[in-house]
Amino acid sequence: MEPSVLQELAAIVAPQPLLTQPEAMLVYECDGHTLDKAPPDVVVFPTSTEQVAAVVKLANRHDVPFVARGAGTGLSGGALALEGGIVIEMCRMNKILEIDYGNQRAVVQPGLVNLHLSLAVSDAGFYYAPDPSSQGSCTIGGNVAENSGGPHTLKYGVTTNHVLGLEVVLPNGDLVHFGGAVLDTPGYDLTGLFVGSEGTFGIVTSVTVRIMRKPQVVKTLLAFFDTVEAASNAVSGIIGAGIIPAALEMMDNLTIQAVEAAIQASLPLDAGALLLIELDGIEDGMEADAQRIADICQQNDCQNVRVAQDDAERALLWKGRKEAFGAIGRLTPNYYTHDGVIPRTRLPEALTRLQIISHRYGLRIANVFHAGDGNLHPLVLYDERDGEEVERVLKAGHDILQACVDLGGVLSGEHGIGLEKKNCMPWLFSEGDLDVMRRVRQVFNPQELCNPNKVIPLRGRCRCGAVTGDGTPDHETHEAVATAMQDAHVRA
Amino acid sequence: MNVKASLPGFDQVDRPQRDKISTCIHCGLCLDKCPTYRTLGTEMDSPRGRVYLIKAVDEGRLGMTPNFIEHMYLCLDCRACETACPSHVEFGDLMERARGQIERQAPRPLAGRLLRWLVFRGLFPHPSLLRGLFRLLRLYQRGGLQRLLRTAGVFNLLPARLKDMEAMLPDLPPRPFTRSVPEYLPGQEPATRTVGFFAGCVMDGLFADVHNATTRVLQANGCGVRTPRDQVCCGALHMHAGDREQAKALARRNIAVFERQDVDVIVNNAAGCGAQLKSYVELLADDPQFADRAHRFSERVQDVSECLAQEPLRGPLGAVPKRVAYDDPCHLLHAQRIRQQPRDLLQQIPGLELAPVTDADFCCGAAGIYSITHQDMSRRILERKMEHLAAAEPDVIATGNPGCMMQLRTGARLAGLDAPVVHPIELLAAAYEVGKKT
Repeated sequence: MEPSVLQELAAIVAPQPLLTQPEAMLVYECDGHTLDKAPPDVVVFPTSTEQVAAVVKLANRHDVPFVARGAGTGLSGGALALEGGIVIEMCRMNKILEIDYGNQRAVVQPGLVNLHLSLAVSDAGFYYAPDPSSQGSCTIGGNVAENSGGPHTLKYGVTTNHVLGLEVVLPNGDLVHFGGAVLDTPGYDLTGLFVGSEGTFGIVTSVTVRIMRKPQVVKTLLAFFDTVEAASNAVSGIIGAGIIPAALEMMDNLTIQAVEAAIQASLPLDAGALLLIELDGIEDGMEADAQRIADICQQNDCQNVRVAQDDAERALLWKGRKEAFGAIGRLTPNYYTHDGVIPRTRLPEALTRLQIISHRYGLRIANVFHAGDGNLHPLVLYDERDGEEVERVLKAGHDILQACVDLGGVLSGEHGIGLEKKNCMPWLFSEGDLDVMRRVRQVFNPQELCNPNKVIPLRGRCRCGAVTGDGTPDHETHEAVATAMQDAHVRA
Repeated sequence: MNVKASLPGFDQVDRPQRDKISTCIHCGLCLDKCPTYRTLGTEMDSPRGRVYLIKAVDEGRLGMTPNFIEHMYLCLDCRACETACPSHVEFGDLMERARGQIERQAPRPLAGRLLRWLVFRGLFPHPSLLRGLFRLLRLYQRGGLQRLLRTAGVFNLLPARLKDMEAMLPDLPPRPFTRSVPEYLPGQEPATRTVGFFAGCVMDGLFADVHNATTRVLQANGCGVRTPRDQVCCGALHMHAGDREQAKALARRNIAVFERQDVDVIVNNAAGCGAQLKSYVELLADDPQFADRAHRFSERVQDVSECLAQEPLRGPLGAVPKRVAYDDPCHLLHAQRIRQQPRDLLQQIPGLELAPVTDADFCCGAAGIYSITHQDMSRRILERKMEHLAAAEPDVIATGNPGCMMQLRTGARLAGLDAPVVHPIELLAAAYEVGKKT
């Protein structure tokens, strides 16, 4: 990057320094998804909306790509600076600007850590419902970009159901406001369009979110089964009986072993699967619902049902669930995860398909997932130092997604498409569908500078420099270059 | 550490182990628990980023550049990331090995080498020299020189760092603990246990009161206390600074000293020392003569709160009607995973009210010599700590590590917070004192 551009950047964010040192660029070369790597040229830490807008305008003037980043916990390469350029790190914009308990809403900056919001409103009896497993680190801005979910989305919905309004710096640097302070505002639902756009429609600089009253009572049950199939049938039974738990999570044997090693909660190591079931709401009727759930589990050959005795045990069980991915790190140097969604009635079939894929490629696959809404999280265990194994992992990942789509599901429930699943989008969408998406993207991000080359396979503008003789982009060469780049990343 | 030139990669001596590096799966759950990441927001100064940098050096993608070295030393080594890590990355071990690599390979300016040699090799391994230094310091405090210099404003002429160090110095006791008590103190009948007491170096000279409180409470609970005179510094400071060889030498000496004592457990009351004593087993794992002996030593080491929690406290405990803010020392909570025992002990004191403290599990910025070597970052972390402590509205602040006690005293002074900072065991000893009288 031109030194003059860096000087201009430094002037915008002063006195906050820029990061350009090779050591810094190295650690910003990936986020929570480590299969792909691409270092940026510079990282900036804006502290105000005005600074964000100024950085974006500067990038436009100099034709430099840019990408916003929060805590870098994303699992699909969404914060990767694929084509280099500027990483706009939002973590220093982390204030709560306003809390309005009467109207159950809060205005926060995007760099605020998800859990910090719940902690701030906890004493008043409120919380912020979307609870991704990384909620202790990930930021609200990142949640907005990825439309993050969490275990409690079964009952309470995903991020988009909790965002009322947004302040956004568009990819050209203009400042706009979507939505407002109420559930529905007139005109197009641009808030809905923006949430989940994975950083390709602009950079959010302030978010108005709903905060909810904490439930009067919470009851957490654990049910253990011999097989994943039996547990899956119990899931269908519970939902079929008209009960909507706050959360309904499954772990298979491999995950149970890793989690037990991490939290020591006396989980039976020989269980084939466990269900973590949480009920919340008013006290009346909860005992009856819990009993019905226990009965349904018994009818599906469960080994036994355990009820968390107090808040400490409940917290421990959830710690185990939320740290399950990390706990898998005890079993393997690396894992590769997908979060494909399937109709929950087809869970047993999906898990059988996963077992077949595991055998086909000789790879261990651990499962921990949101069973209630059919959101799988197969974790393929591998060692990135073994290049041949990495290739098998990628093929297995491909087959897993294919299986989800075959079963009537989708590619991702909450991790986003990002870089890694971009080329799978045509499995799910027709060329016509994708074209509408491309045209919407064109409206927001016509220069394709804002988080370029993510989410959908693009046509037209090509930033890798491949052009045909008449000056139009050469898609074949682009694809070849893109594939070669990806291969190079994988090898790196 | 100020190093200008780049060093090549790791060599084979105590190299950060590859399988420990690859335990990190880059999930980022550690980020918000890291004091430097919370302060700066830079990935290189997060646990995940530091492991990534160590990994890059291990793989030959990066040399030990001046920036790499700076990021390694900006870490407080508080190990809060280990508690947060679901994958069980042994971060402290990786960091200490990386620093060891830097220390052995880095060419330092002569003055720096000399100073380090004086402090780490010349002073700390030698109890008699340390005691001499403490005597001089006491003379300085009591002889009127300190008051004279302070009134005359002489310290305003000194560099800020020296001035702050002078201000952090607690009032020194007349004699170090190990020189003022017999080697064996009998436990009150029925005596059930005999414990070895690790007195440490700084604690011994500067915090004899805390040691006296500790032995009194142990005795009151039926523990005979043996304090061998020939024990030496635990080596924690050496370890954090990357001087692994001297740390090993000190470890061997202490193991031999306590092998000569017929004791069930080896009790200490300084979180930093306790963590170090417990890690002798890893430090000497490759030493064929000492590996087993280190194992036997480390498994007998207990923090005083851990030791007392094993049996119900004996009475009578008198009332200490104070509102107490307990702040976890990192090397007790994160390195030794001791969270509940000190709180439980305090809560058994009649009339004592334990105030909830936000982020009590967060580092105070002391971190051994970090408050001196990285004063700016240390102060930023301390300021946040004092906000949380002040919000708890305590009469007394309690924490179980000498470095933390000095740091929090500085913090209280700077923040104008009128609350003495004590070791939890001192509150317990006070309760026994009141109990005796009533």
